[in-house]
Amino acid sequence: MSMRAPVTDLPLMFVEVGILAGEVPILSQITLTFDAGAPTVLIGPNGSGKTTLLRAAMGLIPASRGRITWGGRENAPSDRRAFMFQRPVMLRRSVAGNIRYALAAANAPRAAIEERTSHLLKVVGLEPLAQRPARRLSGGEQQRLALARALARAPTILFLDEPTASLDPHATKAIEDVIRDIASIGVKVVMSTHDLGQAKRLGGDIVLLHRGQLIEHTLALDFFDTPRTPEARRFIAGELLV
Amino acid sequence: MSGDVSALQLVLSGDPGLFAIVRLSLMVSLSAVAFAALIGVPLGAFLALTRFPGREAAIVVLNALMGLPPVVVGLAIFLMLSRSGPLGSWGLLFTPQAMIIAQTVLVAPIIAALARQTIEDLWVEYREELAAMNIGPAGRVATLIWDARFSLVTALLAGFGRAAAEVGAIMIVGGNIDGFTRTMTTAIALETSKGDLPLAVGLGIVLILIVIAINGLAWGARRAGERIAG
Repeated sequence: MSMRAPVTDLPLMFVEVGILAGEVPILSQITLTFDAGAPTVLIGPNGSGKTTLLRAAMGLIPASRGRITWGGRENAPSDRRAFMFQRPVMLRRSVAGNIRYALAAANAPRAAIEERTSHLLKVVGLEPLAQRPARRLSGGEQQRLALARALARAPTILFLDEPTASLDPHATKAIEDVIRDIASIGVKVVMSTHDLGQAKRLGGDIVLLHRGQLIEHTLALDFFDTPRTPEARRFIAGELLV
Repeated sequence: MSGDVSALQLVLSGDPGLFAIVRLSLMVSLSAVAFAALIGVPLGAFLALTRFPGREAAIVVLNALMGLPPVVVGLAIFLMLSRSGPLGSWGLLFTPQAMIIAQTVLVAPIIAALARQTIEDLWVEYREELAAMNIGPAGRVATLIWDARFSLVTALLAGFGRAAAEVGAIMIVGGNIDGFTRTMTTAIALETSKGDLPLAVGLGIVLILIVIAINGLAWGARRAGERIAG
């Protein structure tokens, strides 16, 4: 039995984080904590900084200002974090091959790869399509495969960038069901969406961003029932934040 | 017309001299493509995935080398391998090995340049996913080469086309010695100059059929692979 304490990336903390693209600020003065629990949902209009925040939280881009810490550590390795892009790229392999690749990349024991591949295919409901070329899947199936690939990393935090953008309601429900299952086993889900209904259905807490700034971070129930800021009230009412 | 009939008879009769020439031609060209692939694909991947001062210039030079004149390559290899040359002690001049070296020099830039473009295009597509999966530099190269393998077949075919059609370089470094370094292209050149058109036409037909057959096989393998892997 290992005497080492389990390493966790939670809490994930942003302390006065700013991110610049050249000279242009994309995120400004973001102070935010992601802790264990129900999914955190990032909302806000296009260009508000949701994707940049997710990428920084994954460790894909560095903070230009401020500090990001994972479980109290800066520069923590991203082994136990996973990211699903809005338009995930399918590797030129079969569905099962994509998952095997992700498992090998996550240093899964060779002997366990087949068993875990079958398990992950089952989790996302793609067992019947295991041998199909991944690039021939529908949009919703590709999103589910991308989810399985992300889960291959056995993440403690899973970042999802608009996981159901441009999917029909049936495919959206399938993805949301998987997200609920993932969250129910203790994986912290941090996701962005444009769909306020989805934010209500899945969110434990809501982060509203606008023009790269944190406008409001509160429990989902409070956010939708008693929004504190004018921007949140307008956003919930369906008005355009420009 | 009688020349055409003679050529066809020569091909169909299974003439041993003809088949020796065909065998040597295939051995030289396929070996050159294999060696050129071993050099060209990693070189292409290196240029696709790294950034260094002078990279753009290196790519321009590499692309330009695709048009290397075979006689110039032949002359350069001849000077290297001739008795007074730096590699003269190897004793390779006028051997099939010298011909393989010359064709490797001709084909490697073609494979490297096409591989560079193919791998770079795939890298643009894969970059973020591989970064999110923490794939290191060696893993990236292996992944990109593997996933681009069907497209890279086209680069190998372009290289084979160059090698199979080439006559200038192997004529100079091989010497067109009957039964030893005579290939289809050098034999066609020789027989044409001698006026033995049936043999030249027969070899020409065989050469074209072989090129078509190899391209057909590669195409079939590529389509089958794509059906499985996407």
